[in-house]
Amino acid sequence: MAMSQRATVILATRLIALIATLIAAVVMASSHEKGTIFGAISYEAKYSDTPAFKYFVIANVVVTIYGFLVLFLPSESQLWRLVLVFDLVLTMLLVSSISAALAIAQVGKKGNSHAGWLPVCNQIPKYCSQTTAALVAGFVGLVVYFLLVCYSIHRDLDPFLVRKN
Amino acid sequence: MGEEEVVQKRQKAVVLVLRAAALLATAAATIVMALNKETRTFVVATVGTTPVTASITAKFQQTPANVFFVIANAMASNHNLMMIGSDLFGIDYRGFKLPLVAILDMLNAALLSAGVHGAAFMAQLAKNGNSHARWNEICDKFQGYCNRGGIAILASYVGLLVTLGITVVSIVKLLKPKPQPQPLASEIEVP
Repeated sequence: MAMSQRATVILATRLIALIATLIAAVVMASSHEKGTIFGAISYEAKYSDTPAFKYFVIANVVVTIYGFLVLFLPSESQLWRLVLVFDLVLTMLLVSSISAALAIAQVGKKGNSHAGWLPVCNQIPKYCSQTTAALVAGFVGLVVYFLLVCYSIHRDLDPFLVRKN
Repeated sequence: MGEEEVVQKRQKAVVLVLRAAALLATAAATIVMALNKETRTFVVATVGTTPVTASITAKFQQTPANVFFVIANAMASNHNLMMIGSDLFGIDYRGFKLPLVAILDMLNAALLSAGVHGAAFMAQLAKNGNSHARWNEICDKFQGYCNRGGIAILASYVGLLVTLGITVVSIVKLLKPKPQPQPLASEIEVP
């Protein structure tokens, strides 16, 4: 593959990752819905009710800002090795944020009969579906970042000893 | 040449010690969380003068996040055990060993990070409850279960930090320039 073709493919991949994390952060942060319990008590469900969802939004915002800044790095600079390190660290951050948000979302959807926690998705279906969409977008961003890390290791560290010098 | 060998031996010893520490931490986390169980009897109602009691058990299998925590820590300890074994017994992969170890260490760190964060946020929910979703806290009734779970999560965090250190060392080793293979004297053709 020619160098310019490879650079274009990498640019497109980083753009996809940026869009995925941006969608995850925005959709999760803008999800709120008013619901009623037994028709009498009304409450509003927001993303800030749970620290896990707050962590998810913050992690995705951080990764979005980083992804936006990395797009402006010229391809010949030596800083791409630092980009590899940051990609690794931010992939781990994304993994942890998705795991935390998924754990709490699973309790919200299925409940936990042993602890006496009732599922709340029946009262606030729109909030639940928006949260699911945000989690899916976050997962897509994670997979793309993982592929980017694998490619960066292949290009910079040459693990398969392809280069002769 | 002698000094380089001493430096390499020291590096190998450091990595071995770090791997042993990570193995101990993740194995401790797995065992403590897997044996985490508490049974309490509560008085549910009073019929006449005899109280009706019900006994409730809190197990780690009731929360999927804790099940994932146990599985992730078990896989991480297994990985560290295999790496210590291959370091001590010197299995040679013909030059592919170093990138394999680095990539596996990265995967290990990511898996461990996911496991510990899921369990940590579920533990926070159990300790504080969530008033918006009408979920009550359960740690005031099951203090032993919550304490043991907290210890397991703490041990896993320590293991995660040490695993990050090991990953950094593995990647730094990959960054070093590889020694050029010198042609043997018998292979040089004299024109």
